[in-house]
This record gives sequence, C-alpha cells and structure tokens, in this order.
Amino acid sequence: MPLFLNEDQTMLADTAREFLGEAAPVAHLRRLRDADDPTGFDRGLWAKFAEMGFTGMMVPESAGGLGLGHVEAGIVLEEIGRNLSPSPFLTTSVAAVAALSGTSAGEHWLPRIAAGETIAALAIDERAKHGDAVAMRAERSGNGFRLSGTKQFVAHGHVADLVVVAACTAGSAEDAEGLTLFALAADTPGLTADARRLTDSSIAARLTFDNVVVDGDAVVGSVDDGRAVLNRLLRAARSGAAAESLGVGEGAATRTLDYLRQRKQFGQTIGSFQALQHRAAHLYAELEVARAAVLKAQQLLDEGATDADTAVSVAKAMAGMASTLAVQEAVQMHGGIGMTDDADIGFFMKRARVLTEMFGDIGYHSDHIARIGGY
Amino acid sequence: MSDLAAFRADTRAWLEANCPPSMREPVRSDKDVTWGGRNPSYANPDQKLWLDRMAERGWTVPDWPTAYGGGGLSPAEAKILRGEMAAINARNPLYSFGISMLGPALLKYGTEEQKQEHLPRIARGEIRWCQGYSEPGAGSDLAGLQTSAVADGDDFIVNGQKVWTSYADKADWIFCLVRTDRSTKQGGISFLLFDMASPGVTTRPIKLISGNSPFCETFFDDVRVPKANLVGELNKGWDVAKYLLGHEREMISGMGSTGNGPLIAKAVETIGTDDTGRLADPMLRAAIATFDVRARAFAAMSERFRDELKAGRAHPAQPSMMKYVGTELNKTRHELLMAAGGSDALEWEGTDSDHGAAARAWLRTKANSIEGGTSEIQLNIIARRILDLPLQ
Repeated sequence: MPLFLNEDQTMLADTAREFLGEAAPVAHLRRLRDADDPTGFDRGLWAKFAEMGFTGMMVPESAGGLGLGHVEAGIVLEEIGRNLSPSPFLTTSVAAVAALSGTSAGEHWLPRIAAGETIAALAIDERAKHGDAVAMRAERSGNGFRLSGTKQFVAHGHVADLVVVAACTAGSAEDAEGLTLFALAADTPGLTADARRLTDSSIAARLTFDNVVVDGDAVVGSVDDGRAVLNRLLRAARSGAAAESLGVGEGAATRTLDYLRQRKQFGQTIGSFQALQHRAAHLYAELEVARAAVLKAQQLLDEGATDADTAVSVAKAMAGMASTLAVQEAVQMHGGIGMTDDADIGFFMKRARVLTEMFGDIGYHSDHIARIGGY
Repeated sequence: MSDLAAFRADTRAWLEANCPPSMREPVRSDKDVTWGGRNPSYANPDQKLWLDRMAERGWTVPDWPTAYGGGGLSPAEAKILRGEMAAINARNPLYSFGISMLGPALLKYGTEEQKQEHLPRIARGEIRWCQGYSEPGAGSDLAGLQTSAVADGDDFIVNGQKVWTSYADKADWIFCLVRTDRSTKQGGISFLLFDMASPGVTTRPIKLISGNSPFCETFFDDVRVPKANLVGELNKGWDVAKYLLGHEREMISGMGSTGNGPLIAKAVETIGTDDTGRLADPMLRAAIATFDVRARAFAAMSERFRDELKAGRAHPAQPSMMKYVGTELNKTRHELLMAAGGSDALEWEGTDSDHGAAARAWLRTKANSIEGGTSEIQLNIIARRILDLPLQ
C-alpha cells in the first residue's frame, strides 16, 4: 500500500475539511470559551458529526457504523486539529470504539456511539504524567466487581455517558497481567466527576470511584487480561492524538505563513527575510516528516501489523515535536500580535500543549522506543 | 494468490538462493562498496557475483525499462523488492552515480542513441561516472559556472576547472555542466558527457579532514567532445542539471534512513546497561532515543516520498526537503556514534579502530549538508518553491 491517501481517503479529507471549516472553525471555539460553556463542546456540532457518519466511522457496519479504519479517523482528527474544533470524537469514536470492537460490552455501546447518543470518556491516567502502572483496584464482588480509586485528565469525564476505566484485578500496579478494562455507565452510583477547565478551554475531570459496583457485563474483553484491550485503546488514542496534533501544527503554520506574506516592516514583507524563511522551511520539513510518521502508524494499525506499537510511539513523539515547534514559531513570528487574546494563534499553542501531554508525552514515547529497541 | 503476493514469494526465494551470505553483512567501509567501472575493485569476490546476478535480472535498476538493462518493475514490485532485500539485510549490489543521478536524467532528456549507449553499461556496472558540477567560483551559486565549451566542427572544445568532483580519479566518464553562452547565466549552460580518458583531462585528489580523498579537482585543457554527447538542447542544460540534482538530493537523503542498530549496539557495548536493561548513561540514552524517533519518522517520510515520486505526486522541490532532513540526521547519527564509542572511537590508526573508521566516517558526514547543495540552499528552495515566500 503506498504511503499516501487513496482516492476515497482524499475525498473524505476534502469533506472533513469543508465541514469542520464551516461548522466549527476557531471562532466556534472562541464563542464556547467566551460563554464559559460548561459542556466543553457543542452538542449541536456532535449531532452533525452523527449526521455525517463521523461518530460511527470506526464502528463495524454490523453495529450501525461505517467500518472505516485509523487512517480515516486520522483524516477527521487532522481537520479537528486544524480548526481546533472541540468534540468528544477522539475519546468516543476512536479510542473507546477501538477498545469495544469485538467485545460483548461493545454490543451494547457501539450502536449508541454510532448513533451519536453516547459520549465516552477514558479513565486511564492516575498521576500528572501518563504511565503504564494502574493502581486503581477492582475487587470481585458477587457477580461483578467493586471499583475504588481515582483517575485524572479524563477528557469529557464530567459529561460522558460511558466511562472506560482500567483497573487492577490481580497482582500489583506495575504488572502487565492482572489488569481489566471496564465499560460502565457514567451514572453508576459511587462515581463522581470533578470538572476542571484546562489551558486550552477544554474540560477534563478528576473521577472518583467510591465502591462503584458493576456487574460482569461491564468487563471489556476478559478479566485479568485487559492489557491487550488497553493497548488497543491506547494505540488508537495515541495515533489519533498524533493526527490531531499534526492538524494543530499545520493550522498554526498556515496562519503564520499567511502572516509572513502580508506583514510589512522595513518596507518589505517579513516573509522575504532569509532568517524567517529558513525557520519556516525547517518547520515545513518537521511537519512533513510528522505527517509521514502518523500515516505510517495508522496504516500499520489498519493492517493489524505486529510492529504497529513502535510506529504509534514514533508518530506520537514526532507529532508532538513538530506541533510544539509549529506553535512556538507561530507565536514568535506573529510578534506582539501573537501574544494577544484577540489573535487566534494562542489557541493553537494551548491545544498543542494539551495534545502533546495526552496519552504519553514526547519523553514517554521516546523512552518507549528505547525500551523496544533494547537500550 | 495475487500477482504481487506471487511476486513477493518469487523474489524472496530468488534472493534467498542468490544473495551470498557475505553480501548480507553490513558495509563496514568504502572498500566493501561495489562501484564497478572499467577497473573495478572488490574486497570480496562475492561482490562481483552479487552484482552480476542482480544485473542479469535488471535488478541493479529495478524500475528502469528492460530495453535499457532495467528490471521493468512496477512501483509496487520495486517496493516489494526493496522490502525483501532489506528483510535479509542484502547489500546494495552497485553504488553508482550513473544509477542515482545520470540515468534518470538520460531517461528523461537523452536521445535514443545516448540511452542505448550508456544505460545498459550503467546497469551492469561497466562504466563508472562522475559529476562535473561545482567550480572554484561556483558552489552554492552553481549557475555562475565558467568552464567553457566552444563549437569546433562536429565537436566542442572544453576548457576549465571543476572541483569537488567525487571519485573523478576513479571514474570512466563524466557528466559535466559547461558554459556555451556567456550572455546569460542559467540560459547559457549545456550538459555534456565525455570519457575521462580523453586527452586534456587531469584530476587531482583533495585531501579532506577525514584523511581520505573522495573528491578531486578536475582540469580540462582543450578536451575534444563530440557534439553527439550533448544531452538535451544547447543552452538548456540547466533544466537537465536541476532535474539531476533532484535525484542527487534524493540519493543523499537516503543516508538519513539507514538503521539505528549499529549505534545502539555500540552504545550498549561501550557503556553497558543497568539492571532494568536501560543504557547506563541516561543522558546519552535520551539523546539516542530522540534521534531514534526522528530517524524512524524520517524512514516513513522516505517511504512516502518514494511512493509519491513513483505516482508522480511529489512536489518537484520535495527532494530539497528530503536532502535537508536526511543529511542533518546523518550528521547527528555520527555525532552520537562518536559519543557512544568514547575514546575508543578517537583512535586514528591501528586495527582496533579499523584505522579510525568511526572517526573518518564521522568527519565524512560533515560534507553531507554541503554537497549537492548546502542545507541553507535547500531551505531557500523550500521557502521559495514550496512555501511561496517572496524574494527580498
């Protein structure tokens, strides 16, 4: 398979770009932010996602979805990134769907996700830095389990209908085995969400599980063997976040290039200065390399390749580096204007920081590459 | 089984049967590299065997037409062949500026006679080519070149000097940019081919900081070249030159995507690992890991670039981006290799260090971001031609 988008994928990219550019451009985010919107996204926009088929694009056709892959989800995420469109697409339609596909828990949730009725949140992180250890416990109780512990940085956790949570059912926090993934309704007694607005105006919750009782149906996959399901979720979440990062970086770079072509100082457009041209060209190269790494990871995921893990970490780390450079150069090259709230460029910097941190930052994924490489 | 799956199976079986085991070992020094030519040198007889077997199938140039000694493979088949060769660590059977630079230019701009004469010999490794581009006064400003070619009956008479001519002292033929009109700059350049054994050609190797002399000064003193050896139209050589430079940059960028195995192995050997299996020097480990991410991402970029090129969808200036990133990465790789080797890597002589192979290779890479157009020139090209930023 060539490493570029095929005809159908290119059409999807055109559709997604037009749709998000019109329905949820940066001004849409600004309106939500200015209104101090308590949801973190616009439910009207999410209904449009459902009409477009985006909510269920990765859901199997048998469950009412389009049965598309990571490449297609990445195309939509890149446009989400480019427009900074707030939505629960990454957590719900990409990561949760990847985890639930092919499981009995999925039979209940997947059609609802495809229909746009269910918003999902991912309760994975327990500390300020993403890691592999899962300390939260789920003790057996009757036919089911009793969950206790806390999770943080749970995007949409305060408004989600479905919470996918990783807990330890055997062994210790660091063990690869003994982990179980649960999918439970967010209104299950004992589960509370403390919403926190983040730098980028999105909302993530700290979730507290206080003796939350779930029955066996809530188990995703099999008990004590949840690492494989969690990895499936994380691969989707990471490659998806990488695609969104790339979009953020591209959006910032495009605006910056426009600014370089139009802003005049010393009687010339500043884009004619070689000092800035070289930095812009370097940024272009970084983003192109990141784009290739992201698509490679998505293609390998769709092929079910065994080495997809490596490619996913490369994509997440590289997209993080490229988008970080893009937003930093964007603010610097916009000069004082870039520091103002009136200019949109600051929103890009904020979103890039959040995405870089999500599901493992540059350091986490570089370390992962080193561990895979045996050093 | 699909046609491609069958091709993959056949290719794998053929490579398994025909690639000598010694040709699956890493290339350690320039002596292990097969350049071919009239006076070939082989450190190992398997190099010749491997070259001849691959050339027989046209697989030294898998995607060239069979009529010119190529394999006639489709882009998808060529990709499979590359993948299967990489899977067994098969060496490139033939390094050749004829393959990486002149061949593509001749396929696009050459006459049928020129293609028939030169391409099969390139494919079989019979003629080794060098590139006459840079001059003492025309480096980054290449179009300022002064070497002249003056018409004289059926010939041109060539006079002037080239510099940084890679392996001119070992090459059989040269592809050379010459000035055929002094009244304009780019519009007065022509592209000529001639035999380095022609009377009036002399070469002088230049000793570099690595102690090696891969480059030469090349002098032309009334060299007689048949007009039939003009490639493309008279005074239109700059188009050919730029097209060829794209391929040269592509080739040089490939240096950035060689595997990271040797670097990691060297670091582990010198520094050791702690009880969690991590490299015992955390700072070097972090630097290597960052490089590893970038090199793997660049390998994906190389794959994408090749695929886009074959499909005719690559931006014409994209080789500049590839060259810039690939060469900067390769320099980083060798900085890290030197750090990983520590003081062992500093030894310049003796068999322990293979006569300073690591240090010489490290120094050699410093030219990567100079030859074929400096990194700064590549950034200029990206800014102007891809990003459409204005001239000052």
